[in-house]
This record gives sequence, C-alpha cells and structure tokens, in this order.
Amino acid sequence: MLVRYTEWILRWRYLVVIVSILAVMLIGKGAADLEFTNDYRVFFSKENPQLTAFENLQDTYTKNDNVLFVVSPQDGKVFTPDTLLAIQDITEQAWQIPFSIRVDSVTNFQHTYAEEDDLIVGDLVEEPGSLTLEDLQAVKVVALNEPMLINKLISPDAAHTGVNVIIQLPGVNQMLENPQVVVFVRQMLSDMKQKYPQMDIRLAGMVMMNNAFPEASKRDGVTLIPMAFLAIAIVLFILLRGISSTLTTLVLVLFSIIVGMGTAGWLGIKLTPPSASAPIIILTIAIAGAVHLLVTMLQEIHKGANKHDAIVESMRVNFMPILLTSLTTALGFLSLNSSDAPPFADLGNISTFGVIGAFFLTVTFLPAAMLILPNKAKYRVTGTHMMADLGEFVVRRRKGLLLSLSLAVVILISFIPKNELNDIFVNYFDDSVEFRRDTDFTTSHLTGTYTIAYSLDSGEENAVSDPGFLQQVEAFSHWYRQQPEVIHVSSITDTFKRLNKSMHGDDPAWYRLPDSRELAAQYLLLYEMSLPYGLDLNNQIDVAKQATRINVTLKTISSNQILALEERAGQWLMKNTQGLHTEGASPALMFAHIGLRNIESMLIGTTIALVLISLVLVVALRSFKYGLISLIPNLFPAAAAFGLWGILVGEIGLALSVVTAMTLGIVVDDTVHFISKYIRARRENNLSSHDAVRYAFKNVGVALWVTSAALIAGFMILSQSAFELNAGMGLMTSIIIAIALMLDFFMLPPLLMKIDGDDNR
Amino acid sequence: MKKIIFNIFLAVSLLGGSLNVVAETAEEKGLAIAVEIDKRDTGFKDSTVKLKMVLKNKQGRSSVRELRTKTLEVTGDGDKSLSIFDKPRDVKGTAFLTYTHTIRPDDQWLYLPALKRVKRISSKNKSGPFMGSEFSYEDISSQEVDKYTYKYIRDEDCNGVGCFVIERYPTYKNSGYTRQVAWINKQEYRPEKIVFYDRKNALLKTLEYKDYKQYLNQYWRADIMQMINHQTGKSTDLSFQDYQFNTGLSEKNFSRNSLKRAR
Repeated sequence: MLVRYTEWILRWRYLVVIVSILAVMLIGKGAADLEFTNDYRVFFSKENPQLTAFENLQDTYTKNDNVLFVVSPQDGKVFTPDTLLAIQDITEQAWQIPFSIRVDSVTNFQHTYAEEDDLIVGDLVEEPGSLTLEDLQAVKVVALNEPMLINKLISPDAAHTGVNVIIQLPGVNQMLENPQVVVFVRQMLSDMKQKYPQMDIRLAGMVMMNNAFPEASKRDGVTLIPMAFLAIAIVLFILLRGISSTLTTLVLVLFSIIVGMGTAGWLGIKLTPPSASAPIIILTIAIAGAVHLLVTMLQEIHKGANKHDAIVESMRVNFMPILLTSLTTALGFLSLNSSDAPPFADLGNISTFGVIGAFFLTVTFLPAAMLILPNKAKYRVTGTHMMADLGEFVVRRRKGLLLSLSLAVVILISFIPKNELNDIFVNYFDDSVEFRRDTDFTTSHLTGTYTIAYSLDSGEENAVSDPGFLQQVEAFSHWYRQQPEVIHVSSITDTFKRLNKSMHGDDPAWYRLPDSRELAAQYLLLYEMSLPYGLDLNNQIDVAKQATRINVTLKTISSNQILALEERAGQWLMKNTQGLHTEGASPALMFAHIGLRNIESMLIGTTIALVLISLVLVVALRSFKYGLISLIPNLFPAAAAFGLWGILVGEIGLALSVVTAMTLGIVVDDTVHFISKYIRARRENNLSSHDAVRYAFKNVGVALWVTSAALIAGFMILSQSAFELNAGMGLMTSIIIAIALMLDFFMLPPLLMKIDGDDNR
Repeated sequence: MKKIIFNIFLAVSLLGGSLNVVAETAEEKGLAIAVEIDKRDTGFKDSTVKLKMVLKNKQGRSSVRELRTKTLEVTGDGDKSLSIFDKPRDVKGTAFLTYTHTIRPDDQWLYLPALKRVKRISSKNKSGPFMGSEFSYEDISSQEVDKYTYKYIRDEDCNGVGCFVIERYPTYKNSGYTRQVAWINKQEYRPEKIVFYDRKNALLKTLEYKDYKQYLNQYWRADIMQMINHQTGKSTDLSFQDYQFNTGLSEKNFSRNSLKRAR
C-alpha cells in the first residue's frame, strides 16, 4: 500500500509540490494576525488562586501596575534646588502619561504640619527654586524620617529618588494600552535626559516588565531563529552533501514553521516569550523525518538503485516510524496543555501544529520535490562506516556498558533532590535586557520590585479607625519592618500617627495612634478633604472604611524565601490578631507559587503522555516486551538530566517543569527508530540479536546521530535566549536529548541483547 | 467683583442683543449660558437639605455617608455653606464650614467634636475626593461663574429635551480637570449631565442629574446625582431630601463660632 501511495505521489509530483505550497500559504496567512502579548498575567490561568487573590485586592483598592522613574543626580544629592526642580517637573509631566491615575514623589508628598490652629496640608516641596539651604535641610529631614518615603521614593543616603506613577490600564486592549504607556514614558525619559543632563534616569515597574516580554521575544526572533536556521543548514549539508536535498529540507522546515505559526494565528493565540520560541523548536524537530527519509534514500542509491526506486524503498521502511515518531512527539507537546501556565500550553499546541505539518510535508512534498530536483552529490552518507564500527563496539562491550551506564544513571538520579524551586520573575530576563539592568539598579539603590500586599479587614464598616484594629495593624507593620527580607512597609497607621502629631501642634510626643475611634475617624475625614486630586487614600482604605492595605516591599529573594516569609506572616497574624488573618497577594507571590503549581499540573499531563506514548509504542512495535523496554531509554534521560542539573545549577522553575513532558515525545523518536530497525532485522532477516544491533547501527545510526545533533544544536541556540525561561528550557532539553542519544546507543542495545539472548531465532 | 459685573453686563448685552446680527463667538455664547444659569439660580437666599451618599467600588461593595447642608447665598462672592455629618457614627457632629470664593482659594474650617477644636484647613487642594467618594470638593462646592471659562459646542437632545452642550475649563490651577463637558437644559438652564476629563484630557467621570424638582416656582434641584468614575469603576450616588428654601438663616449661622454649636 505504501509503495502504491509513493508511486502515486511521485507520478503527480508537480501537482503535489504546487498543492503543498498553496496549502502552506493559505495556513500561513493566519500568521499575519499574530501578536505579542505584554501582560505578565498571561503566565497564570484564569483559575490560578494567587492571581484571583491579587485581582480581588486590586479591585478593592487601586491597581498596582506602575512606572517608576529612578532619578540619580550625578552629584549624589537629591536635595538641591536643581534636582528638586527636575523631580517636580517629572512629577508634573507624569500626570500626562496615558492611563496614569496617581503620581507620587518627594515633591508632591502631602506634608502636614500645624500652624496655630490651622492644619496645613500641602506638597512637601512647593517652589524648589526659592528654597534656602536651611529649607532644603528641613525638607531632607522630613523626607528621610517619613516612613512612607524612605526606602520607597528616597534612598537613605539621599542620593536616589523615585517618581512612582500608578497606571490603570483599562484592559480593553492591552496589546495597545501597555505600548502606548511605554512609548510616552520613553519619550518623556529622553526629553528629561536632555533637559537635565546632570541626572541619570532609569525606568522600572510592572509596565516596563510587561513591555520586556515582547521585546525579549522579538530580539530572540531576530537573532536566534536565523542562527538556528544556519546551524541546521550546516548540519544538513555536512550529512547529506547535496545542495538540493539540504535546500529541500530547509524549505520543508520553513513550511512547517509557517504551518505552526499560521495555525496559531488563525486560532488567535497570543505570543509570549515561551510560545514565541516555537519556531526554533519546530525547526529542529521538523528535520528528523526528512533526515531519516533522505538518508535511507541516499543509502539505497549508493547501493545502486535509481532515484525513483530509492525513494519508494525509503518511504516503505520509514513511513511508519516517521508517522509514529510524529505522533509521539505531538503527544508530548499536547501534554503541555495540562500546564497551569497558558504560555506553555500555547507552545505545546503551536509545536504540535508544526510537527503535524512537518509530517504531512515529509510524506508528500519531500519525495515529490526530491524527484524533481537534480541531485548531483556523491551519493554517500557521511559517517556510515563509523556507525558500523560503533555497533561493533557496543556488541563487544555490551555487559560493561549496561552496567556502567545503569550505575551512572542511578547516581545522577540520586541528585534530583538537590534542585530547589525558584521563580524570580525579574531574573526571567538576562542582563542584555534594559528592564533587568534598570531593575537591578533600582533594587540595589532605591527600593525593591518584589512586593506583598495584605488587605486587613476589621470585619465592620468604618472600623478602620478603631484603635484596637489600628494597634493590630501597627503591630503587624512593625513585625514586618523587622524582617530581614523587607525594605519598606507602607501602612495607614503612619498617616494616623502623623496626623495626631500635627493636630497637637507638631508635638513629637503625640506621634502615636489616636486613642479614640471618633478622633481617628475625624482626622481621616479632615485629612481626606485636604488631599489633592489623585493623592487620595483609595489605595490604602476600601470604600466601606472597613479594611486597609499594607504594602510590603522586599529585596529580590528566592521563591522559597518569599513563601517562607509569607508563611511566617500568616502565622504571626493567626497568633497575634483577632480575625485579621489573611493571605498576602502580589505578582511575586504568584510567581513563587507557579513553579510548584505547574509541576503538579504537569505531573498529570506527563503521566497521560507517558501512558499514551507507551501504548502507541506497544501497538506500533506489535510487541508488549519491546514497548516496555523502550520506556527505559525514554524515562531515564529526563531523570538523569534533572540529577545533573541538581549538581550543576540546583534551581528549577516554571520552564523546567514542562521539559519532561516535552522531551518525552522527542527522545522517544530515537528509540522508535532504533527498535523498529532492530525488530525488522529480527523479523524480516531473521538475524541474531547481535547482528540485529549491528544492522540497526548501520542503517539508522547516522540518522539518529544527526537528528540528535541538530536537536541539541537547536536547543542550545534557544538556551542563548535573553529570556531565562527559554534559555533554561533550551539547555535542559539539550542535556536530555544528549543523554537520550547516549542511552539509545550504549544502553538500549545491550539491554535488547541481554533480554533477547544472543541465539539465532 | 469687577469681573462679575463685567460678565453680567456682557451676558445681558448678549442676551438682550440676540436680535443683533453681531456674530457671537463660541466662547461668548458659552459664557452667556453660564451667566444665565447663575442668574436663574439667584435669589433663593438660603437653603437646607439632607444628603445621603452611597459609595460603591468595582466589586459592588457599598458604603453610606449622611450629612446635612445649609447654604447662604452671598451676592458678590461665592456662597457660604455649613455641612454637618451624621453618618458614619464616628464622625457624627463633625461640621464643615466653607466660604466659597470666586478667584482666591476657598476658606474652610472643620470642627472635630472628638478634639473639641475648630481647625482651619489650609490647603490649595480642592480636587481630592469628598469623604472618599467619587465627588471631589470642587464638584460639589458652589458653582460660581468665574471658576471656569466657557465654550459653546453644539445643541443636542438629552433625555428628550433640547440641550446646549458647553465646555468649561477650570481657572483654578490645582484643578484635577482639564475640561468638563456639560449638557444644559435649554428651557430651564440646569445641567443634565457633566462629563469630566482628567489632567491628561482623558475621560474620567460622568455625572448625571436625575429627578429634578422645582422649588419656590423657580429653583431647580435634582434629587439624585450619580457620579461614575470610568477609570476605576467606582461610583457614588448622592440623593437629596427635604429641600427647604428661605428659612431665615443669616451670617451668624455661618460663623466660625457657630461651628461648635452646629448640630
């Protein structure tokens, strides 16, 4: 049947090529609709409990998305007329940023003080130009002693200051909204730099992070994809030694990518850095089928067959393994749908489309095109002899190899527990990304990017002014301030204390919480009425005046540390307050949980993929025994690689939680090809297990070696990504594939020989 | 004062002279409308009203505030008003006295019963939220003609009646708005709707006036004012009850000393 099918393809070769091109173009049209997402929230499923908690908190108070201007005067002094004038200017201009709802800086900080019976509420810095040295010193003292400002908007050495802009994206079209803010802010930055050359200004905040996602993706697209193409082209050319076969394969790969991305476009999938790495993955995976087909074809021609017959024979022996490997690869990728992080589900689906596209093109377009194109190369596949020697070596040393490799694998696996979960989202971007550099600078000089927010609920309307409640809030803030991981805590209690002081003639003795609920409520009323546009208390107190938000700013710490801190805080609330216990919410907490959540969700997906892939193998190899044996070289590589990772790196996160499932479908291919050749030799040629191993090495060794080399090269290129998730995923996948190849060559054959014995059948 | 007289002069001459074919600019027509609004609302002497505010956040949680307000009409300057808070309970008895001014900042005093002291609020800021609501102080304080400059935009139907659509631009430097677009009922010269644009000229809030009633055969007051903040999804409903006019209040009732006695 396969022969008749191939004959049919070859007869209608021109039609097949034209129809293939048209079909690819049609599907590829969808790629025009592809967009890069720019919202860190896409890493979380709608049901993610940490995301839900965070959204609730933001709906109760105000949004947390922000742009932070970090201003560093070159003379190291913030409190000079020139710098303050610039800060005031930036503050003023910042109200013009699209979707800005609030701007905070040292100049517009609402300072309160008493003057006889007047309560004066106003900007801390009104007219910087007219400030005397004494005034400047006074302003500095206020700022450095104000809990709201210190370590948040002013550094303790008064050398760096921030202008924080709260952005409320309407969320109607985030694709347009976030860039709109970034374009405006960057223009503002360049204007300000020109206007104030004596200052360094940097940009941080969640809006800038959102923007770093598409920027990292695009950078990868421009640098890594061409690099991967080049690497694959070189590998192919060295192996196939023919321009037309190399070119045809490259075209096939390109078409597969177009199919994958085009389908994604039609389905409305938004690109994220993980899913935007799909082209590189498709690129390296799509060549496998073509390589197997071409290698057999070239070997047949070398044996003396004409091209037509060589193609027919190659299709006959390779069609099923290619179908099988495409199926298992697709199953591996499809299992990513169980991931709790949608970008990885997208990556899996786009890759699946690419793999399916590659399969169809490999069995239609490729044979047709090969017959059309001239092929003048010396029909000789590189490395065939070497493979025969390698097979000989494996047969001879089978016992030693089996023992030593089993031992090595077991040792490596014992190191798996050395891995620690860690997802520091700032570190998702490497140093080549401006956002990362600026954020690192901000963290070491001004304030942190990591936060945890709590909504402490008094349980009764208006009870936010209740002294008992306020004391508990105060104690909680105080506890948090003492934790070593903490940079800053903002709490409404500081405002109450300041007001109490100002209402008692600025007497420092009154810097304490008001002792009656009425007094506190009336202070609040008075204070609220004195606040200017945008600087209200809505970000700290809910509408019912029942709950208040505590915002904790942290150093950049590991996931485990942040989870431990949050746990400690929860226990403190449980022990020291009545009914105020609540969980914290923030992007940092969301990312701290995502690794574990994702591993849990991926366990199910990986198990299903494993069972399905095993079933496919058992059915396809028509042998329960071989199906089971094949599991060993399929499962061990990932386990051994995680052990190796534990020794070398020791940190795993979101990206690595999907690697096992993804690579399962890929590494199984080599096993399938090897075992199917082995079985063919046993069943068709009645060879002994030793000779069957020699046969398999000779016939499929080169293709395995080359496809693995191409995969390793491709994923190594991905490991150069500016986006840490992709880089980690690339590196880990490379390691797994390398180990898999080693096990397929040196452990699987000895195992087969051991189980089958060395007798002739 | 001079400016007001000039404005009234201008308005009168514009209205009276509408038969003249003198081309009226959009600015002149806008101002004329504002002056007419002001004119029709002149002469009520004083008023008292009970006020209920319902604040809602994005999730639909709500909270209620209640107060009473007395207003004394002042000719030649902004009105004086005294608000006494009844709810929430912990601010009960807090009283807020305002002397509105047309050009210079308003004078404001607050009596805090818990502290038993009158405090003058010295702040140039009138743009913050009033009692945490979506109304800022500048939205609910006495609307004097000179607080804005004006521009007539077009005629348009609103709620089935003819309206002028005018834009007004705050003259007050620290205002939270670049402009407001107001729909003015052509027959009664009362606002039906106002749309507020923030400092970057982006849509911020919409205020709708509902259930107008006429008092003393002249003065229109809406029973309900609904403010929606489009940026945060929060809203505030103001409802008024028991409007009384010409109740015989005098300057005496609006002095600093009266604050402590206010109940």
